[in-house]
Amino acid sequence: MSAHSGGYSADPRVRPIEWLPWILALAGFFLLPEYLSLGARILIYILYALSLDLILGYAGIITLGHSAYFGLGAYVAGILAAKAGITDPMVQLVAAAAAGALLGLATGAIILRTKALTLLMLTLAITSVCLEIANKATNLTGGADGLSGVVVAPVLGMFRFDIFGRTAYLYCLVVLLAGWWLVRRMIYSPFGTSLTGVRENSLRMHAIGAPVYWRLVLVYALSATIAGIAGGLLTQTSQFVGLNVLSFESAGELLVMLILGGVGRIYGAFVGPVVYLIAQDLFAKQFPEYWGFGIGVMLVLVVMFARGGVLGILDVLLARLRRKS
Amino acid sequence: MEAFLASLVSVAFHGTALGMILYVISVGLSVTMGLMGFANLAHGVFAMAGGYILTTAISRFGMPFPLALALAFVLVAAGSVILERLLYSRLYAASDLEQVLFTIGLIFIAVAVARFIYGTLQQPVFLPDYLKGQFPLLGRDFPTYRVFIIVFSAATVGLLWFGVERTRWGAMVRAAVDNRAMAQSVGINTKRLFTLTFALGSGLAGLGGGLGAEIIAIQPTYPLENLVYFLVVVSVGGLGSLRGPFVAALLIGIADTACKYWLPQYGAFPIYVATIGVLLWRPAGLFGRHA
Repeated sequence: MSAHSGGYSADPRVRPIEWLPWILALAGFFLLPEYLSLGARILIYILYALSLDLILGYAGIITLGHSAYFGLGAYVAGILAAKAGITDPMVQLVAAAAAGALLGLATGAIILRTKALTLLMLTLAITSVCLEIANKATNLTGGADGLSGVVVAPVLGMFRFDIFGRTAYLYCLVVLLAGWWLVRRMIYSPFGTSLTGVRENSLRMHAIGAPVYWRLVLVYALSATIAGIAGGLLTQTSQFVGLNVLSFESAGELLVMLILGGVGRIYGAFVGPVVYLIAQDLFAKQFPEYWGFGIGVMLVLVVMFARGGVLGILDVLLARLRRKS
Repeated sequence: MEAFLASLVSVAFHGTALGMILYVISVGLSVTMGLMGFANLAHGVFAMAGGYILTTAISRFGMPFPLALALAFVLVAAGSVILERLLYSRLYAASDLEQVLFTIGLIFIAVAVARFIYGTLQQPVFLPDYLKGQFPLLGRDFPTYRVFIIVFSAATVGLLWFGVERTRWGAMVRAAVDNRAMAQSVGINTKRLFTLTFALGSGLAGLGGGLGAEIIAIQPTYPLENLVYFLVVVSVGGLGSLRGPFVAALLIGIADTACKYWLPQYGAFPIYVATIGVLLWRPAGLFGRHA
């Protein structure tokens, strides 16, 4: 593992370079005002990817169904806003988080007893069940037409969501900062180290008496909570929920973003969505038929040649530079 | 009562046809996963390729149906050998995650290529006259093509089982599934065995995709939309087994048809719930050995 992977033995202080994403995010706010809605989307997906990195990169749980929690958060926030008339964004977000946590805890407690293909299959099946429910419960979710009419009151009663996406961007940035802090704290704690232990050798973790199953359930539920929050944010900033938030494609897309950035190193989850979503914004509309092809080729290439993603490539380049000098 | 009985027979019949197709497509996946430990999510790509080959051979080149079906098997098997040697074989030792990502990548590529060549519309299947119409059986009429699907698949499955249970090649495959290292040490060329078995499994998927083109519509998102079904068959049936997925495929085919017939408002919901239940009860599948 690289030095960036964290762990209990690593120095938990924030290194100067770790402030870079936040400086860039703020710079983006002032320098690129016309791209703020895309920016907010990127921030949301970073949070979402971060939640996946926690279970996939650190705990080693392979899932194809993380969109279940993201989608649930999105729908809970949306239904509260559009059907129940609860427009306060904080309340919506807390509800989305709670829903993600509950579903994560319930499903995690069930599926984490299994391993490998069975686990993969169960994550897929759970997401399919959620998608099927959202598709059929049309009076709540709007079904295939999507849920519109989402009303979101000003944040803290002061900051109204404007059409330029300024509020949305800063709001997402603050939530992401909180999520990042939480994930980072967790990874540098003994709990995080025990997760890495489970990923590397679960038999030995059993042997030294670690409660492997409960650690996994806990981190799974935490990850689902964060994914739920990300889903809630997406609803609030786009004021719409579509069935696609729950789809397998959405979970696959998320995996692509995380892999592209680099798995198991926190900042891979920052780099991946930036690259992916900007590329999507540039190419997907003009060349939709090549977009999927490009994604597929990129996945194959990353697996074959660049297993660490963008940050992994950077590591290699930096190491070479250092050797030369 | 009579009407209920008629619908019961109809559901069992159409369900069996769907189950047979699911089995012919998925059996290769069970073997690849059991034999090579490779999580090949892109298995549906081979089935889709078979479907496109069959429909194109018939509609564009006017090929007779049996020849088109054989072509679907041969071309897909040959194509899969190239893929296996070029790409898959490099990832046998890789982690589950890498295999999953790699095969998802293949799915994306296949979907894009299919859309590029054929567009998003579903491919029509032109059946020869002798497979159209109704087939009288025990005082009822059944669609001839579905009867053909059941009979032909049953024959294929019988042949496959005979091959695995009774031939030397089958004994080698079983040995390699049970204990790869030991099989290798007694002189079985597992590398070649993998390639051949992979080609056979993919070829069968191509055959199933072509045969079932009328039941499971051939369109670009085929490998994504049906992925869950193929995986359900394999995981419920049990990895590396031949009989398990057969039972699972029939159960799922019949259950799916029954749900669509009697409970259309629930969609595929009951199937997924049942799958979750079975996997929790027996994580290694109905007939799988406990890992």
